[in-house]
Amino acid sequence: MTGKKILEIQNVKREFVMGDQIVRALKGVSFDVNAGEFLTIMGSSGSGKTTLLNMLGCLDKPTEGSYILDGVNVKELSRDQLARMRNTKIGFVFQAYNLLPRTTALENVELPLLYNPTISTKERKERAIAALKAVKLDDRFDHTPNQLSGGQQQRVAIARALVNEPVMILADEATGNLDTRTSYEIMSLMQELNQNGKTIIFVTHEPDIASFTNRTVMLKDGRVLKDTANPNPRSAKTALAELPVSDDY
Amino acid sequence: MKILNLIKLAIRALQRNKLRALLTMLGIIIGVASVITMMSIGEGSKQSINASLASMGSNMITIQPYSNEPGGARIMGSSLKTLTIRDVEAIQKNAPDVALISPLASSGGQSINGANNWPTTIQGVSPDYLEIRKVVVKEGIMFSDQEVRSFAKVCLLGKTVVDNLFPNGDDPIGKVIRFGKTPFQVIGVLVPKGTSNFGQDQDDIIIAPYTTVQKRIQSTIYFGSIYASAITESASDAAVTQISAILRDTHHLRDNQDNDFQVRTQAELMTMMNSTSSMMTALLTAVASISLLIGGIGIMNIMYVSVTERTREIGLRMSIGARGIDILLQFLIEAVMISITGGVIGVLLGITAAIVIPSMLNWPTVISESSIVISFMVCAITGIFFGYYPALKASRLDPIEALHYE
Repeated sequence: MTGKKILEIQNVKREFVMGDQIVRALKGVSFDVNAGEFLTIMGSSGSGKTTLLNMLGCLDKPTEGSYILDGVNVKELSRDQLARMRNTKIGFVFQAYNLLPRTTALENVELPLLYNPTISTKERKERAIAALKAVKLDDRFDHTPNQLSGGQQQRVAIARALVNEPVMILADEATGNLDTRTSYEIMSLMQELNQNGKTIIFVTHEPDIASFTNRTVMLKDGRVLKDTANPNPRSAKTALAELPVSDDY
Repeated sequence: MKILNLIKLAIRALQRNKLRALLTMLGIIIGVASVITMMSIGEGSKQSINASLASMGSNMITIQPYSNEPGGARIMGSSLKTLTIRDVEAIQKNAPDVALISPLASSGGQSINGANNWPTTIQGVSPDYLEIRKVVVKEGIMFSDQEVRSFAKVCLLGKTVVDNLFPNGDDPIGKVIRFGKTPFQVIGVLVPKGTSNFGQDQDDIIIAPYTTVQKRIQSTIYFGSIYASAITESASDAAVTQISAILRDTHHLRDNQDNDFQVRTQAELMTMMNSTSSMMTALLTAVASISLLIGGIGIMNIMYVSVTERTREIGLRMSIGARGIDILLQFLIEAVMISITGGVIGVLLGITAAIVIPSMLNWPTVISESSIVISFMVCAITGIFFGYYPALKASRLDPIEALHYE
């Protein structure tokens, strides 16, 4: 399953100045991602995976090296141009969902499109509805986050990541707050989206989650330790079916 | 983000914290309401002063005795004895810009009609007085120059005097009343003028020939004051100059001597009265503006709290593509919404106060459009000014830190 290159990371370094010390979070990371891949970035804490994620999500820029996202060199972009990249090319899914409280599911999903002036009110609504249908929440448009379960909230967040039709979805420990069954449900949804052509990068420290994806990049001490393909990922749907019922109380 | 969406967003954010928004607005509401109320009271008193001065005749000139002798006891101008009928005649003859002139010999006392009596003031004048002071005869006639010369014991009554001396509603014309010991035949009744600006009942008077008042009641040849009118309002200043020159001559004043009289025009009086009320208005408005300032500081405070509370929301918005300017506008518009909503409520309250005050306190008020426009604009500017720094702080947050803010 390979398409055109959408991510090119060349010897990326990121250094932070903390007082009089320089912390090297990334010491030269290189890998490419092709369209249609379902990739896991793994690593223990302190391996630089959060720094790499921020970089991939255009929230941060490399100190050295080059990061080319969909043909654009991110290092040369201004603050506003970075915002534009996040708005059009990336869909974020966070561990804590980060939905706006007291705001309906539909409005939460519409949010990224509000920051894109080329999209009309009508189109915004249609696309938000389509995105919620894609995550199988078409009966929950008017529910606010506190009326939704954790898994449903995360699905709203995934719909929000899909709505701007990004070149990749970037998930940061997206199953970290969920129980096993709900995690598998989310992974099943992710696999389905991937089969429909979405590029997904999943950052996690759980090897269990990585087994559902078709490639794993392992980070350690700011460098790539391993980059392994997984030609036969587990099916989350099957795993879900195999879960003992007692697990669900 | 489009402005319309930003406005919707701000309305929504305020609706979520209704009480907080209302409390924040309170400073602005009080400020705007008091600015509008104060300005309408000021404008109202100014207009009523002007109207009442104009009703006295805008080209009226007042001449009063005046002493500026250094040392010694100062005495009230009107009790000085300098103005006589010679002065009146000299002015009449020699001042071309003076149209009408009348002396005023005024004396307080008891008026009596049978069993009814009433303390009032008798004004000894010449027939021109009516025209100068814009007094109109309602029934009967004014006395003539002939009657002035013959010390006729005739008089005209103001409404208050009529009401008190003729409580049964009898027609006073033709009746004989007494003022002190002197009998006067009533030949006319005056059109009521109401209460003057200074709280004086302008209908509590009896008008009689000055000769009669001077001889029968005051036993003097001096006048408390002289009223004149210039041929036109613009000729007032020329008339004043002429009068001063004539009086200096008749009073035999040497060049190094000060005037022993004072000549004033209505215009001067108007400026004098207005300067007092303008000063009061300015002072009250300044106090009200301070509360507007405090309201603005309240907005700034609450916006800082709001930005801190919603740091994660800001982080999220940035991570899905909001630019700094989008966040800046979001919070700025929220601040402006608070101040403008407060402003609207304040304007409505101020207008209500301006409408209610006249009926409660009997103060005249005039709502000036300019005060509404100005306070509204000040509100919007307050919102922008005090909302800008919190909004700027929000727009400069680092998205990574904001997303993980606890």
